[in-house]
Amino acid sequence: MQLLDLKTQIDFMGKRRVALVISAIIMLISLGSLVVRGLNFGIEFTGGIVIEAGFQEAADLVAVRDGLGEVGFGEAVVQNFGSSRDITIQLMPREDRGGTEIRNEVMAVLQDIDTGVDLRRVEFVGPQVGKELAEQGGLAALFALMFILAYVAFRFQWKFAVGAVAALVHDVLIVLGFFSIAAVEFDLAVLAAVLAVIGYSLNDTIVVFDRIRENLLRIRKQTAETVMNASLNQTLSRTIMTSLTTMIVLVALFFLGGKAVHGFAIALIVGVIVGTYSSIFIASPTALALNVTAVDLLPPQQEDKELDGLP
Amino acid sequence: MNRYPAWKNVVVVIAALIGIIYALPNVFGEDPALQVSLETTQPLEESAVPQIEGALQQAEIAFLSAALDEGRVTVRFSDVETQLQAVDQLRESLGNGYVVALTLAPRTPQFMRALGLEPMSLGLDLRGGVHFLYQVDMEAAIEQALQRYESDFRTILRDERIRYRVIRQEGDRVLVELREPGDVERTEALLSEADPDLQIDVDDNGVLRVSMSEEQIRQRQDFAIQQNTVTLRNRVNELGVAEPVVQRQGLDRIVVQLPGVQDPAQAERVLGSTATLEFRLVDENNNAFEAERRGRAPLGSELFFRPDRTPVLLKRDVIVRGEQLVDATAGFSEDGLPAVHVQLDAKGARRMGETTRQNLNKGMAVLFVEQKREVLERNGEMIESTRLDKEVISVATIRGVFSSRFQITGLDPAEAQDLALLLRAGSLAAPIFKVEERTIGPSLGKENIDRGMLAIAIGFLAVVVFMALYYKVFGLVANLALLANLVFIIALLSMLQASLTLPGIAGIVLTTGMAVDANVLIFERIREEIRNGNSPQASIQAGYEKALSSIADANITTLIAAAMLFIFGTGPIQGFAVTLSLGIMTSMFTAIMGTRAVVNLIYGGRRLERLAI
Repeated sequence: MQLLDLKTQIDFMGKRRVALVISAIIMLISLGSLVVRGLNFGIEFTGGIVIEAGFQEAADLVAVRDGLGEVGFGEAVVQNFGSSRDITIQLMPREDRGGTEIRNEVMAVLQDIDTGVDLRRVEFVGPQVGKELAEQGGLAALFALMFILAYVAFRFQWKFAVGAVAALVHDVLIVLGFFSIAAVEFDLAVLAAVLAVIGYSLNDTIVVFDRIRENLLRIRKQTAETVMNASLNQTLSRTIMTSLTTMIVLVALFFLGGKAVHGFAIALIVGVIVGTYSSIFIASPTALALNVTAVDLLPPQQEDKELDGLP
Repeated sequence: MNRYPAWKNVVVVIAALIGIIYALPNVFGEDPALQVSLETTQPLEESAVPQIEGALQQAEIAFLSAALDEGRVTVRFSDVETQLQAVDQLRESLGNGYVVALTLAPRTPQFMRALGLEPMSLGLDLRGGVHFLYQVDMEAAIEQALQRYESDFRTILRDERIRYRVIRQEGDRVLVELREPGDVERTEALLSEADPDLQIDVDDNGVLRVSMSEEQIRQRQDFAIQQNTVTLRNRVNELGVAEPVVQRQGLDRIVVQLPGVQDPAQAERVLGSTATLEFRLVDENNNAFEAERRGRAPLGSELFFRPDRTPVLLKRDVIVRGEQLVDATAGFSEDGLPAVHVQLDAKGARRMGETTRQNLNKGMAVLFVEQKREVLERNGEMIESTRLDKEVISVATIRGVFSSRFQITGLDPAEAQDLALLLRAGSLAAPIFKVEERTIGPSLGKENIDRGMLAIAIGFLAVVVFMALYYKVFGLVANLALLANLVFIIALLSMLQASLTLPGIAGIVLTTGMAVDANVLIFERIREEIRNGNSPQASIQAGYEKALSSIADANITTLIAAAMLFIFGTGPIQGFAVTLSLGIMTSMFTAIMGTRAVVNLIYGGRRLERLAI
């Protein structure tokens, strides 16, 4: 079975300017939304309390809100979660009431409404921990980018490294932008997914680069642009195959994995699409814009040695 | 051509065998069970088994088995309802001194357990339970140390008959002002003799300022967190929880995980309580009401209140503190009031003996001390602060000399019970406050694991079908590798006894999708080689060789991202990072070495016209 015509000859590099304009527009929109609307951070980052409870019958949200208002939690966000019987209550810690007291008071209110209410989940994060998590997340992303830049520069060449990181920044920005525009909650799992996107997108980019390196050294008569186009076409079916299999499991995770992993699955689905696109239209053109040539590529290791005897 | 040297085949076979052996304990499932142990950490005797069996038979509660294992008796049940019936029954019939905890006992056969083979441990989000992250209040730990120095200095100067004008805390130092300037040198010598590490500054007016050295502060903080960890562990044991985790995290935090606990409120009341006691003499030379009116206490005294808000003046010096208590039991006094019977350690007993001898017929008060943590909103920012709550629970006249054993009244029965438990488990060396809580109800835990497994199964199947259709025989080989990969991840998780969490499952799902990538790279390369007119055997050879550097580079960079996640992340994020990294490593092995071995076995060493790829 073949997904693609055996000898695809798509002029990817010729379309790089169009792609650049499209990417620039999407990135600007993402950036704009991030600046104006920001992210809808989950309580892991902001600090606060989330209580998830299951009622025996359809939950009466108004009664819950009124009950909470009576004990001084008028600002509580009460929502259905998944089914009509399940609700989440979101609160901020406040003056004179720590996480413990709030939890106990909320449970008392819920039990007044339905004695058989099932406390399914409580999550309390102090403001300090929230700040730290956000910092750690940022640091993780920053260090991942730095180490990857260093590794690619070492294994390939700095022009490739800049291309790879440009693609990563592009991907992360668009995924974050998506979360900002769609106002999907950005929680700890989503942060993990964003970092996994970095890993995935890079994976894609590296495979393409690897082929470009191989071809640049082999076909020296052609321009870098032609070699890149050839390389992209040669790796295209692999790029699509891997994106497809990854997408299959992500879709399974999205539909079957439960609400707790929704954000995670969405972030990766967006990330895989954007990552696949960027490894073709961002990473390689960036390296090209930096005038990458075969001369830049004195390979750190001579891997072709064993293949010398082959035709 | 394309034949693997024997050793490579052996490596693949051995790795597969080890993987299967370690993954095997996971297929047996778990029984709802109870774990019975002694409150003192002593092992139970063999005789406990018939005793427990008898109690259950008498109550007509069916159980599967009861067996002694490492000093604890594990009783298995067929369902959760019977387990819950039995826990109440056993707690009642065994009485005090025993801890009965709910748990899940793996059905792994005995011979496997004897070999050290165990199933993966499930994280709290998959089995239900409570997770607390506590922060130790280091400032308060230092504050307490300074208070103690202040009190010690008073005793030293009094014993040496050096008259002082004032001894008090001043920021992070203790200030000592003497009446006679001539005493300065001797005082300095005495204080540094008492603790040579202290830093003592003397100013021109002969005022001594004593501060702790950085080393002392560090030691004090270290002690506080270690002591708190021990205390929390003791308290968790008193609660009766199977397989609890109490661990230091970072510089000043302690993680407590209580699997199976469904009522976080009860757990927290006991865990987070900073309740402790202080014994002080009553200041009988001054009027408490007048001090209240003037809003300040006379020198050397402090103003406190009883629960009914009547003021009491107490001496600043603390005779004995809660941590010097070695035992405490709740009971009743001779006149039938709820009481806590306590026993002091040697040092405390000596101090108490001296004090009572010198102060016969004077008043002594028991202070109930609790440190409360508040979150306040100030200018839109959340600020956390600690407030010390001290309340006089009883004042009694010293009728005779006593030292190590005595009783405390002035509490209601429930308070006496709680206080005795807390004193027994040891008090916290510094107050702690909760900075994070995650409680997962058992139903949600079950749902999480079911959904996670379903996602893995469906995702896995879809990929398998897709690969088989697309790459035919080679697709089947890749599927075999994918299955082996899953087995390896489970085996490694079981081996490392790292807990599997929901993000961990997400990591496994993601690796399932990405694991085929290495094979896709290889197969696409083989197809390419064939299209270029190479022979099937040469194409296989070249495909594997040429794809290698791409696979290595791509996986190492992903591994870098996973490592960053592990280093900077906490809890759930780390769970994801672990499964992702394990998945990357195992998939490299299965996709490169594993599939090559199988492909060689199928196609190696014969002439081929074409490949099914």
